[in-house]
Amino acid sequence: MSGNMNLTLKVWRQKNAADKGQFVTYKAADISPEMSFLEMLDVVNERLVKGTQDPIHFDHDCREGICGACSLYINGRPHGPKQAITTCQLHMRSFHDGEIITIEPWRATAFPVIKDLAVDRSAFERIQQAGGFISVNTGGVPDANEIPISKVISDEAFNSATCISCGACVAACKNASASLFVSAKISQLALLPQGQPERYRRAQAMVAQMDKEGFGNCTNTGACEIECPKEISLTNINRMRRDFYNAKFFKEEEIN
Amino acid sequence: MGSLSKAFSSTLGRKLIMGLTGLFLSLFLVIHLVGNLQLFKDDGGKAFNEYSYFMTHFLPIKIVSYVLYISIILHAVYALIITARNKKARTVQYAQYNGAANSSWNSRNMGILGTIILLFLVIHMKSFWAEYHWGGLPYVQYEMKLDNPNVVKITQLPFNGKELVHAEYVDVQNQTEVVVAKDLYLIVKDSFSEAWYVILYVLSMIALGFHLYHGFQSGFQTLGFDHVKYKPIIDFVGLWVFSIIIPAVFAAMPIYMYFAQ
Amino acid sequence: MVLDSKTPQGPLAEKWNKYKFDLKLVNPSNKRKFTVIVVGTGLAGASAAASLAELGYNVKAFCYQDSPRRAHSIAAQGGINAAKNYQNDGDSVYRLFYDTIKGGDYRSRESNVHRLAEESVNIIDQCVAQGVPFAREYGGLLDNRSFGGAQVSRTFYARGQTGQQLLLGAYSALNRQINLDKVEMYNRHEMLDLVMVDGKAQGIVTRDLISGEIESFAGHAVLLCTGGYGNVFYLSTNAMGCNATAIWRAHKKGAFFANPCYTQIHPTCIPVTGDYQSKLTLMSESLRNDGRVWVPKTKELAEQVRKGQVKPGDIKEDDRDYFLERKYPSFGNLVPRDVASRNAKEACDDGKGVGTTGKAVYLDFADAIHRLGKDAVQAKYGNLFDMYYQITDENPYEMPMRIYPAVHYTMGGLWVDYNLMTTVPGLYALGECNFSDHGANRLGASALMQGLADGYFVIPYTLGDYLAGIGPKPVDTSHPAFAQTKKDITDRINKFLAMKGTKTLDEYHRDLGLIMWEYCGMARNEAGLLKAKGLIQALKVDFWKNAIVLGENEEMNMSLEKAGRVADFIELGELMVDDALNRKESCGGHFREESQTEEGEAKRDDENFAYVAAWKFKGENTPSELHKEDLIFENVKLTQRSYK
Repeated sequence: MSGNMNLTLKVWRQKNAADKGQFVTYKAADISPEMSFLEMLDVVNERLVKGTQDPIHFDHDCREGICGACSLYINGRPHGPKQAITTCQLHMRSFHDGEIITIEPWRATAFPVIKDLAVDRSAFERIQQAGGFISVNTGGVPDANEIPISKVISDEAFNSATCISCGACVAACKNASASLFVSAKISQLALLPQGQPERYRRAQAMVAQMDKEGFGNCTNTGACEIECPKEISLTNINRMRRDFYNAKFFKEEEIN
Repeated sequence: MGSLSKAFSSTLGRKLIMGLTGLFLSLFLVIHLVGNLQLFKDDGGKAFNEYSYFMTHFLPIKIVSYVLYISIILHAVYALIITARNKKARTVQYAQYNGAANSSWNSRNMGILGTIILLFLVIHMKSFWAEYHWGGLPYVQYEMKLDNPNVVKITQLPFNGKELVHAEYVDVQNQTEVVVAKDLYLIVKDSFSEAWYVILYVLSMIALGFHLYHGFQSGFQTLGFDHVKYKPIIDFVGLWVFSIIIPAVFAAMPIYMYFAQ
Repeated sequence: MVLDSKTPQGPLAEKWNKYKFDLKLVNPSNKRKFTVIVVGTGLAGASAAASLAELGYNVKAFCYQDSPRRAHSIAAQGGINAAKNYQNDGDSVYRLFYDTIKGGDYRSRESNVHRLAEESVNIIDQCVAQGVPFAREYGGLLDNRSFGGAQVSRTFYARGQTGQQLLLGAYSALNRQINLDKVEMYNRHEMLDLVMVDGKAQGIVTRDLISGEIESFAGHAVLLCTGGYGNVFYLSTNAMGCNATAIWRAHKKGAFFANPCYTQIHPTCIPVTGDYQSKLTLMSESLRNDGRVWVPKTKELAEQVRKGQVKPGDIKEDDRDYFLERKYPSFGNLVPRDVASRNAKEACDDGKGVGTTGKAVYLDFADAIHRLGKDAVQAKYGNLFDMYYQITDENPYEMPMRIYPAVHYTMGGLWVDYNLMTTVPGLYALGECNFSDHGANRLGASALMQGLADGYFVIPYTLGDYLAGIGPKPVDTSHPAFAQTKKDITDRINKFLAMKGTKTLDEYHRDLGLIMWEYCGMARNEAGLLKAKGLIQALKVDFWKNAIVLGENEEMNMSLEKAGRVADFIELGELMVDDALNRKESCGGHFREESQTEEGEAKRDDENFAYVAAWKFKGENTPSELHKEDLIFENVKLTQRSYK
């Protein structure tokens, strides 16, 4: 392997959900600054495997910042020191030779550790299953251009829709709140005309599921917005609140 | 559970209670401050004592004051409930946590700031509010010439086991206006002659400033109020009025009185 | 076996409508008595699972990711074609059909492609109804752009992430059905084998990627929607987890594999920087609208550039070779993907490549910035430039981008008939994992279209026909075939876990990739392919002898996961080479060196190769058997492509 960086990694190793887990220190020698962070871990893993040691498990898939699978908490921040990127888009040139890098899994009760750095984010799945959709069946829908939508609204809905469900918002929040994620999902559909019929039902159902999953409260620290790789705005959270209060205090439709 | 109580027991509902009570308490601060400005008047505490009487005896204000007490309690109790849930939401802490990279210190430590403020409130209310109501305070009599109300004659009416009655009347014989009032000003003056008390007061106001720097705008967000055109105004008011001017003026009072004596 | 494509009779434009009427229907009250297994929940899988559940079928859906939303459909950037003709620029279903057939270099089935073009318009309606935020004009109507050299603007898009937005739409429809308990979703489950009962597909065996549990599931039909197999090449723009295991196991159970050698290689990817490289990142080919492709004119100069002695900006115009503009004066930098890719590789193989590895050519925006201004270039390509900068740490506004081709899409896949059914009754293949619609080359913005057409609008009709035929007899996993398949898989896993060699799975995968790229990539010849076959066979032997597999089954075990995938990739790689050997013509995405025009361009051989090559598995270490489905063109005239 080519490269001239020598790093020390403090990596959380945990055999399974029941294991207590601990930090294990690894030397990562001859790392190229051109490597992505995950490629650096690949190199470390290759060396571990050669020494018949269990490689470090972590979630990853597309490695181009769109699938939302990667989820490392690096040196005290989700997705590492740079903003508006995911871990897979982070490159080793963002670190310096000799640096000690601490790598932890997302920490939240609602995201239990599966193994090492991989966590279970199925809570996000259940929240979306609770109401993150527009109830239309395949076929029998109007022509796409029959619903004109203001470009401003459409763009704003798109901004919310760029959320990749990585969970960095939860990881960053000191309260482990999922508000940014949930509100981005609620917002996208709340903004669009197609989402109106179920707007208040959706807000109630998704918030209820969010609460059930055991995420913390949003205290508006704004950490989520700063750490979000897709730069989802806090405005979404306020929009969710308006819809939720509206639903609970002024609408008759009641969802538990 | 009824639908409303269900709404208020959701995470959003609980925060709504925090936001509403917090903003109400912020509003109260403005009124409290305006009243306390009477302390700066060089009238032997007359205006201040009159104001104290008004605040404790005018019915609408009395009602509001109960809302205020309830707000303080709710704000504190819900802070506990919310914090407990937040702690439960992350039982394993990060080994390395760089919160400063993404959020302000005060926004992350509202609980600590709030606790300081709460402790201060207890001392504050014990010193003044409780004393005023049940402390058997002495009364003071102010006499002003009808043709020149600035000339004031002050007579202390020491407490001798029997509570006097607040009175305001015109003494036709002496051509004076007479006010007999409970002398809260006296204990304020006494308290603010103690250096430790002044320091406590000032430190608490600093905590209040930081608490409100986050809390004021956060309260609006919690209500769902967020508009690209008005948010900057809220942020501006939150910073300048609520986290700087109000705490600074509150803090100026004990300092002023300490050095004026 | 004669491959029956079940193409309906009648005029092209009426085939599908007429056929839909002829298909048998399942009684509404009987639908809930059927269980359908859907493997893979990207665009094709999620749309199929949701649509079938809406109809009333019970669906069990599986994906290896922790969420269906992470399927690699998400990474498609450019857009989705649809013959809406909203722009009034002369588009029509027929034109989209024609462009797709021609773009596929006349190696796809007319009837399927026409159906795809017909359904394209419904897809857009469906997605908008689901809340997909497509780009819009100020008037509130949908915006379109021209894409991939098309003469009309028919591409609908959502900034640079159309795939993600479409997948989120299909995923939301899927979530709704999960919420209604019509779909049972199994995340982090990998299909490891197909279960056959009485010659029909009737279930699958999976491994729970967290607990390691080997489970079997029964259904009346199995739909494979598992995407392409580009990761055979190790480096590709596919996601790390993309694999061929599901379709390869199905192939070994009897599903024919069609045109395995048809691979699309995309020209504008960010080059490899070192041997640690894990994957390649694609940038939209729209970059070639304004970027000029060049390399230094001489090897010596290129050598100096590679060593960093000469900066690209300092190279004089006369010392640059704008090879696409030089060779293809009328199309220039906008030649199709395959031509651009092949020429870039040739330039690098010629020693003129740039970058530290010498495996890159320049894509230069200096002229565009000079002509249009930096702001205009930024407005058009800003996010792509940012992405490039993020990865390479080089500012493309100041120095030319470096690009290199990368494997991007596989047109080949399981052979399917008009119903999307494979040669195994009850086993269907949808989306990229089938071979059906793109021939030898896929047009830009057509992959999303095909995935969704298959899932939303084809399978709900054609599956009913099969199910009505077999009847709602309950199926469960009690049949001995399930136990047997489960045992086979457990044995295979135990065999893997006993492998304590010296070479890592990634090393084998990388070796396979190098062989495939070198000999079975953009340009192939008989000698190279024969060599590749030998190398792969040797690699396979070595793999089973020397690979290291760690850990145990009863845990999350990426080593074990990889072992199965790499083993299957190696076998599939060999079949790809066999197919490439057989196809002695140049066509679409690949160039057979023995078949070129006098000018050195690709020469198709319609006389001998206008067929689909469908391979039947005949047993381990036994040559696969070639079956041909002749392609009959009743509506289009076959022409040779020319971009001179």
